[in-house]
Amino acid sequence: MTAAPSVSELRSRLEAVLGGAARAWLDQATAEATANPAADTSPSARLPSPGLAAPVWELRFAEAGRRCGPDHADAARLVLLHAARADTTTLTRLYEQGTAAERRAILAALPHLAPGPDALPLVEDALRTNDTRLVATALGPYAATHLAPHHWRHAVLKCLFTGVPVDSVADLARRCRGDAELARMLGDYAAERAAAGRTVPGDLYRVLALTDLANTADAASDSLDAVDAAPDAADAVSGSVDAADTPSDSTATGSGRPGHTAPTSPARTPPARTGSPAGPERHGAPSTPIGEEQES
Amino acid sequence: MRIFDPHIHMTSRTTDDYEAMYAAGVRAVVEPAFWLGQPRTSPASFIDYFDSLLGWEPFRAAQYGIAHHCTIALNPKEANDPRCAPVLDVLPRYLVKDNVVAVGEIGYDSMTPAEDSALAVQLQLAADHELPALVHTPHRDKLTGLRRTLDVVRESPLPLERVLIDHLNETTVKEAKDAGCWLGFSVYPDTKMDEDRMVAILREYGPDQVLVNSAADWGRSDPLKTRKVGDAMLHAGFTDDDVDRVLWRNPVAFYGLSGRLALDVADPDATDTHEGNSILRGGE
Repeated sequence: MTAAPSVSELRSRLEAVLGGAARAWLDQATAEATANPAADTSPSARLPSPGLAAPVWELRFAEAGRRCGPDHADAARLVLLHAARADTTTLTRLYEQGTAAERRAILAALPHLAPGPDALPLVEDALRTNDTRLVATALGPYAATHLAPHHWRHAVLKCLFTGVPVDSVADLARRCRGDAELARMLGDYAAERAAAGRTVPGDLYRVLALTDLANTADAASDSLDAVDAAPDAADAVSGSVDAADTPSDSTATGSGRPGHTAPTSPARTPPARTGSPAGPERHGAPSTPIGEEQES
Repeated sequence: MRIFDPHIHMTSRTTDDYEAMYAAGVRAVVEPAFWLGQPRTSPASFIDYFDSLLGWEPFRAAQYGIAHHCTIALNPKEANDPRCAPVLDVLPRYLVKDNVVAVGEIGYDSMTPAEDSALAVQLQLAADHELPALVHTPHRDKLTGLRRTLDVVRESPLPLERVLIDHLNETTVKEAKDAGCWLGFSVYPDTKMDEDRMVAILREYGPDQVLVNSAADWGRSDPLKTRKVGDAMLHAGFTDDDVDRVLWRNPVAFYGLSGRLALDVADPDATDTHEGNSILRGGE
């Protein structure tokens, strides 16, 4: 959270772009959330409950998309969660009862609202889905801080499988550095692709370079940005794997995150549609789990 | 030809169907909650289904350039199973969701007291949540079912102008139209309506407030029937504007009564701002 904007900054930005009606709605909803802190800690709160019995701010949380527009719903929902001082119990209930858009908003809010690792089950749930919007959001700063190495490596591999750009993975360079086990997994995946006569995602080589202990984060990722994926590159991949010989879980202990990579470098948002079916009018997201690399 | 299929069960369809629908002009669908062929035995099973209609299925549709909304309800058939009826208590928390554009499918199957009760309760829920309602008419004893449906709607707080009566045919269209409802027609390979009969009804009653759907599901059905009706209309001398009214503007107007329709997904120029493609947004 070192470089991330605070909730109050996000709220100011949001209010600057919302129209009058949406801004008035947000003010009212925020006041309701502030007045109605999440106080429901009973065990039954985790069960599906009649919506009309829910605190009114939770109804506002649900309707944020149509009040503020889909582009601003995540920010509006974060403001409401923050105002309500939602704890992990409340976040979990709202996630479990949420639409995909609501779940994404909660995942994005975790760095602001969940001080410890207690909310990790939500991240792990999102990483089990094939919804690339959820997968990408789950790999934000909260996962960078708390997600265990095994799960994190599988998540990175899943990004390569489903076409989620690795630029959306928070703290990628820091967590990759010296991770020989991740390097091995990447090499095996490249070999599997090559054996099948398929191209290797360009992102794979970027991540692989970051696993080198000697990498200096951004320089490494920039220099390898344009690597041309080709099936016959697998040999080179194996060579790199051999060079990475550090203990596999050496990256697990970092807590400060000075090397947080910017998740949205405009110059590097490739379509990366490895699995998308062809077609001039195709609307696929950067690749779809419905493509050739179905995750099921 | 831009097409909005106002009633289709995509959960039961393949990605091949999504591709073919997009190629045929389909840019938006509404998926009503219904039964799955195999009867459910508990509210938990409904909850997973509703979550899928608000999570995975819209994502799947977005991959193929199609906007997906849903309607949520306890369907009439399963309203008769006391193990399922408690799902009525869970509906309110779904009816506030952004992607829910109506209460439905509700209505009658066998016209039992349990169905009477579920229909009345859910019409009240629609009024409470400022949603329109999608009301299915029964397969058996259809005209009697329609009349009983209209009576229950009249006794409810939901105005007839906010009700879409579906699965209409030659025997039921007039009374539904006279009542002031929106008129839904399901075009099927064998049963319900076919393209030519649909054209004949449009000639007789006009295109006002008429919606045509494929109601495609896990049974013998065809997700391209909407396009085939559009083609049949043009062949019969209807104008492009008539087709656009029936296959696009009317469903947009009806489900737009919810205030929750978001159709930007279908615009090819808007794909880079669509949430399905805005993968990086979550990292901001």
